[in-house]
Amino acid sequence: MEKYWNPEIECMSREDMKKLQDERLVAQVKHVYENVPYYKKLMDEKGVTPDDIKSTDDLHKLPFLTKSDLRDAYPYGLLAKPLSECVRIQSTSGTTGKRVVAFYTQHDVDLWEECCARAITAVGGTNEDVCQVAYGYGLFTGGPGLNGGSHKVGCLTLPMSSGNTERQIQFMTDLGATILCCTPSYAAYIGETVKEMGLTPDDLKLKAGIFGAEPWTEEMRREIEKSLGIKAYDIYGLTETSGPGVAFECSAQAGMHINEDNFIAEIIDPDTGEVLPEGSKGELVFTSITKEAFPLLRYRTRDICVLTREKCSCGRTLVKMCKPMGRSDDMLIIRGVNVFPSQIETVLIDQGYAPNYLIEVDRVNNTDTLDINVELTEEQFSDTVKDIQIKERELVEAIKTILGINPKVHLVAPKSIARSEGKAVRVIDKRKLHD
Amino acid sequence: MTIKQISIFVENKPGKLSAVTKLLSDNGIDIRALSIADTKDFGILRLIVDKPDETVEILKKAECMVTLTNVLAVCISDKPGGLSKAMETLYAANIQVEYMYAFVTKNTDDAYVILRVGKNDVAADALKENGFRILTGSEVYDM
Repeated sequence: MEKYWNPEIECMSREDMKKLQDERLVAQVKHVYENVPYYKKLMDEKGVTPDDIKSTDDLHKLPFLTKSDLRDAYPYGLLAKPLSECVRIQSTSGTTGKRVVAFYTQHDVDLWEECCARAITAVGGTNEDVCQVAYGYGLFTGGPGLNGGSHKVGCLTLPMSSGNTERQIQFMTDLGATILCCTPSYAAYIGETVKEMGLTPDDLKLKAGIFGAEPWTEEMRREIEKSLGIKAYDIYGLTETSGPGVAFECSAQAGMHINEDNFIAEIIDPDTGEVLPEGSKGELVFTSITKEAFPLLRYRTRDICVLTREKCSCGRTLVKMCKPMGRSDDMLIIRGVNVFPSQIETVLIDQGYAPNYLIEVDRVNNTDTLDINVELTEEQFSDTVKDIQIKERELVEAIKTILGINPKVHLVAPKSIARSEGKAVRVIDKRKLHD
Repeated sequence: MTIKQISIFVENKPGKLSAVTKLLSDNGIDIRALSIADTKDFGILRLIVDKPDETVEILKKAECMVTLTNVLAVCISDKPGGLSKAMETLYAANIQVEYMYAFVTKNTDDAYVILRVGKNDVAADALKENGFRILTGSEVYDM
């Protein structure tokens, strides 16, 4: 029997949902226009006023927001409420120059937690469950989001944060955790560690897992399901729109339902910006229609995706998005962290290297690896191995400071990295992230 | 006092070392001594050759990463204890050895040690005071 957290919304007729979205959009555009000078300017430049937006049919008239707008407007430029009404910030993976700080009023936090509560309920979670949250806590939205959702549902919440895997498994067995929330790669790692500790899925009470924040495949899903003896569900979200819970998977395990009462999803052609019909593959764009403090209109996620309104066996009427099938920019998601090649390039130049490098990303035993090949310069070359290795270590540290993840750096001979006439190939992603 | 050593960056990939040695061979460069320091990703090939400046030009033209370092060439007797005495001398003079390697020639009972130390002058003086002979550049290049 399918359970819903908010059946009225989750199973609402398309007609009623559109009406709700129409009302909320009109009010939201007005709120943003009056309170966010940055977006007002974009609307003015496009010759659009709030009066032009009478329903979701007019959504396409609004200007897009991109990550670079967020950077330009950092930190307060897109804030739509006085700070006195804000209670929280969350931030993206701490990446220099591209940092996103999102603000929340108490109402925003409540709605976000409701979205996560729907996701937990959709995997069978009730107040009888023990929910182990092994996403990172802190600025990252993963931990706080699922933590809040778990509280709302009334699960006994284990706020583990990520890491310390043996302790995770000890709590999991001692306290009988039934739902695990973390990144899919961490889930896979926990699965391996369970086996290494001489335990089997029968020793665990886990029944479901909610895994997101990075791309993963159906193959990985099956592996995790087998190693932990659970059903593994996907969840989608981004700091810009609130965090996890923008969309969540149901018992059908075939695409994620978007919480349409809070977010309007569009698919656009990433080159022209034109809105594409349902079922087309294109870039996913979100408009937050309930957020008060940080209400982004037509935010381009850069995730390539397909939306479908085909009837779902779970009974929900919310539109479904597929797993993101790639990116329309060069952002990489490595161990759940957003990485732009340009950030690595900046560090190289700061450290005195030439901007000739090749980034290789792979997934070994379900963990992402980041290898950076860098051309050595004459100034860095020395007749002693020690001197070169000190330089190498300094570079690793500098990159780690910026990205928050540990790369492997390989110094290579000058001119050994292939030069290109056109756009240089800077990244080789060997992971098979998309089926 | 010191002699010129050529250090070449060689990636740990098939054919890289051979490309360097072929280049030297094609240009008639005679190698007096060599050592290679290896790491997981790369090695540093260190060479003492007959024509160091010319060799550097050739390598640079072939876009090799190369650097010249002044090192000491010390003559020691080619019998048990010969090297040990030299090391004791350096230790006593508080000289740190970064690396070293040795070679022998066909016609003498001597062996030669190439020394890379922090302070060439101090090391050379200490060795000389203890009866070691330090070879000049031309002595080594023209051996």
